[in-house]
Amino acid sequence: MKKMTALFLSLALVFGCAGCGSNDGQASGSSDSSSASTESSDASNASTESSAESTAETPDSTSEASEAGEDVKSEGVMTYEEYAAAALDTEVVVEAYVQAKQSWWEKDGQGCCTVYAQDKDGGYFLYEMACSEEDYAKLVPGTKIKVTGYKAEWSGEVEIMDGTFEIVEGSYIAEAEDVTALLGQDDLINYQNRFVSFKGMTVEAAKDPEGNVVKDESGNEAAFLYNWDGSGQDGDDLYFNVSVNGATYSFVVESYLCDNTTDVYAAVKGLKVGDKIDMEGFLYWYNGVNPHITSVKAAN
Amino acid sequence: MRQIWKKKAARYTLLLSSVLGAVLLLTGCHGSRQGLEVFTIPEAFDASVQHEITFWAKNDTNKTQTTIYEQAIADFQELYPNIRVNLRLYTDYGKIYNDVITNISTDTTPNVCITYPDHIATYLTGTNLVVPLDELFQHEKYGLGGSEILFDAPVVEEIIPQFLEECSFEGHYYAVPYMRSTEACYINKTYVEALGYSLPEVLTWDFVWEVAEAATAKDAEENYIVNGQKVMIPFIYKSTDNMMIQMLRQMNADYSTPEGEILLFHDTTESLLRTIAEHVKSGAFSTFKVSSYPANFLNAGQCIFAVDSTAGATWMGTNAPLLDISADQLVEFETEVMTIPQFDPKHPQMISQGPSVCIFNKKDSQEVLASWLFVQYLLSDKVQIAYSKTEGYVPVTSKAQSTAEYQAYLSDCGKDNTEHYNVKIKAAKLLLYNTDHTFVTPVFNGSASLRDAAGMLIEHTVKSVRRGQEIDEAYFDTLYNDITSRYRLDQIGENGTSVAYGKSDPGPLPQTAILLLTALGGTWILILIYASSRILRRKRKKTAKKSS
Repeated sequence: MKKMTALFLSLALVFGCAGCGSNDGQASGSSDSSSASTESSDASNASTESSAESTAETPDSTSEASEAGEDVKSEGVMTYEEYAAAALDTEVVVEAYVQAKQSWWEKDGQGCCTVYAQDKDGGYFLYEMACSEEDYAKLVPGTKIKVTGYKAEWSGEVEIMDGTFEIVEGSYIAEAEDVTALLGQDDLINYQNRFVSFKGMTVEAAKDPEGNVVKDESGNEAAFLYNWDGSGQDGDDLYFNVSVNGATYSFVVESYLCDNTTDVYAAVKGLKVGDKIDMEGFLYWYNGVNPHITSVKAAN
Repeated sequence: MRQIWKKKAARYTLLLSSVLGAVLLLTGCHGSRQGLEVFTIPEAFDASVQHEITFWAKNDTNKTQTTIYEQAIADFQELYPNIRVNLRLYTDYGKIYNDVITNISTDTTPNVCITYPDHIATYLTGTNLVVPLDELFQHEKYGLGGSEILFDAPVVEEIIPQFLEECSFEGHYYAVPYMRSTEACYINKTYVEALGYSLPEVLTWDFVWEVAEAATAKDAEENYIVNGQKVMIPFIYKSTDNMMIQMLRQMNADYSTPEGEILLFHDTTESLLRTIAEHVKSGAFSTFKVSSYPANFLNAGQCIFAVDSTAGATWMGTNAPLLDISADQLVEFETEVMTIPQFDPKHPQMISQGPSVCIFNKKDSQEVLASWLFVQYLLSDKVQIAYSKTEGYVPVTSKAQSTAEYQAYLSDCGKDNTEHYNVKIKAAKLLLYNTDHTFVTPVFNGSASLRDAAGMLIEHTVKSVRRGQEIDEAYFDTLYNDITSRYRLDQIGENGTSVAYGKSDPGPLPQTAILLLTALGGTWILILIYASSRILRRKRKKTAKKSS
């Protein structure tokens, strides 16, 4: 009997230690909350890596993952066409497949994440969707989710905000669609939020807000800036200019999507003015086209 | 022998488990944060030892500001070759705050950190985590302008008193102001006049709402008459936290007590939200979070009243040095800079904001002293004047404000559209002329959450109206409950609970905790069964003895 009691108390001790140190434990008081913040920060880093990895795998995995068949929507779920036609500020319910995700974070006491999703007809930007850290881990590329939220527009970017989601059966990874020829044309916006590619573009010199060419530490023309005006440092968004057909565009490596440990971040830091490159990314909008680039390679 | 050991082991295991379990249960859940010793000023600064300090700085995504930080560090290191300052740049106060919270638990806080007083109140829940500066201010050798300081530093009396007071709470100074700004209303005066109005001497809420409503008129083709475009949001507010806080203050309505009692939810708040809802419904009002940056709409001729920080002045107006929209979207108009709308124009009130600097305590007091020397350097004229020129900031010392260089800068308002951009200098002057009309909200552990909650009341209302929800009494009951719960306002001040630390939802008990409680319960049941059975056995023995 004494042995049994000792065993139970020992078990209690083990569980006590494990319980307090558990990673999936949520903050239950003031002291614990700070460690919860630490955990979320760690998770963010990990998730960013996984996003980057999955993006890198995309070309190979496309064919095997494109098994969503007819991409049939559940009852009460909008088709992409219906979603596109819906008025701003109305409630929308869509089903789409996760293509990439930005890092998880806690906003006003609620976990959230921003997701790039797509079905076979169009792209969705799911801005700060409510998401527990546990569910966030499940949002791997290809995962089908049913999202309920409100359609909104912010600086030209059409998105679903205040969304909630549930994971449903299905998988699909979109193939990047070449939209190089559409740059500068009105039709480009029809591809907003989709996974796209840009081929054979030329890296142009980075410029400061006054339009002056920025030089790097070696005195050469800089090919990228940390933040839009060069005010950042390693780990911040990378802005770079690329041109095609005589027009120059500003592209960005969004650090919450691809942080400074990813291949694309390193690739952009290695660019030289005049390089010819192919790129893939998500067709984000900010007062005009502002793609979030996930892959950069030398042009074929 | 073996048998005895077994018995002993069982007993020791029982005892050890109980003691360790109790100790760990009592201490284990409280994380690894341990209190530091109170900082004491060293006798002398040791210049023979190399010190490395980190400085987490905030900029407004402004290259000039980051260059000024870098230059300040280089100049400081030249004066103090044994101190190396590592700069980490941020563009968001909230991100700094989150990262500090994260680093507190790992004892890797920065040495020097740009911050808001609200955030320091949360940091203060750690033992001796933030260095109180009272003694440092007055120290003969290393105090403000002290005898051993190697540069021309201000004395404490030269820090603008209102700004310095903002860094004082719980009876101590825990920060020094670095830059100060307030909010301004950037106005498309051309459109105001086109609508048949003249700007009053002091902008009022009534005036702004009236003009904003007039601007919503459309022609037969659904174009707004005032700008001939399909888009017009006449009034956009960037920081809805500030909007609610300032409206309440101007109406002399409750917000919180200095001690942290939450007084946000009352009839005046509801009345303000109803007014806002009315103007959202007509399309006269929106917010940054819902629509986008006020400056972008203002510069595209799609907004008439844009309220934003004076530290955002370089983005405002046709000739703004910084633009976020393409040149073809830019519209020509005259920009006026005025104080935020007022309820009582005779007694204008506006918030004081802007970065402050705090010092985190470390085991090595020399390292802390090195941090303090650097903080003082940030208050020197050179840094103060250079940084204030980057935006509509004002220097925080009378010493810097009264220099010939700074006065000349103010006089040259409008001389060019870069350093002397008129909107920027007008914004800085607005604060210089209204310093006595500025206020700050009480700072306490949880005040950052209350601030967020105040803004969220407006954001929720705006979204709800746009989504066609009914704004009635029931709506406000639900809204107040939701906001109270989301920001844990009902827990502020309770048993020292750190609301800001605990912004996260506690959620359900972890599986391990459930197992722990179950195991503990099971153990107690077994103990009780064992004890009862022993008692019963003894009774039986006694009965058997008696009967025999």
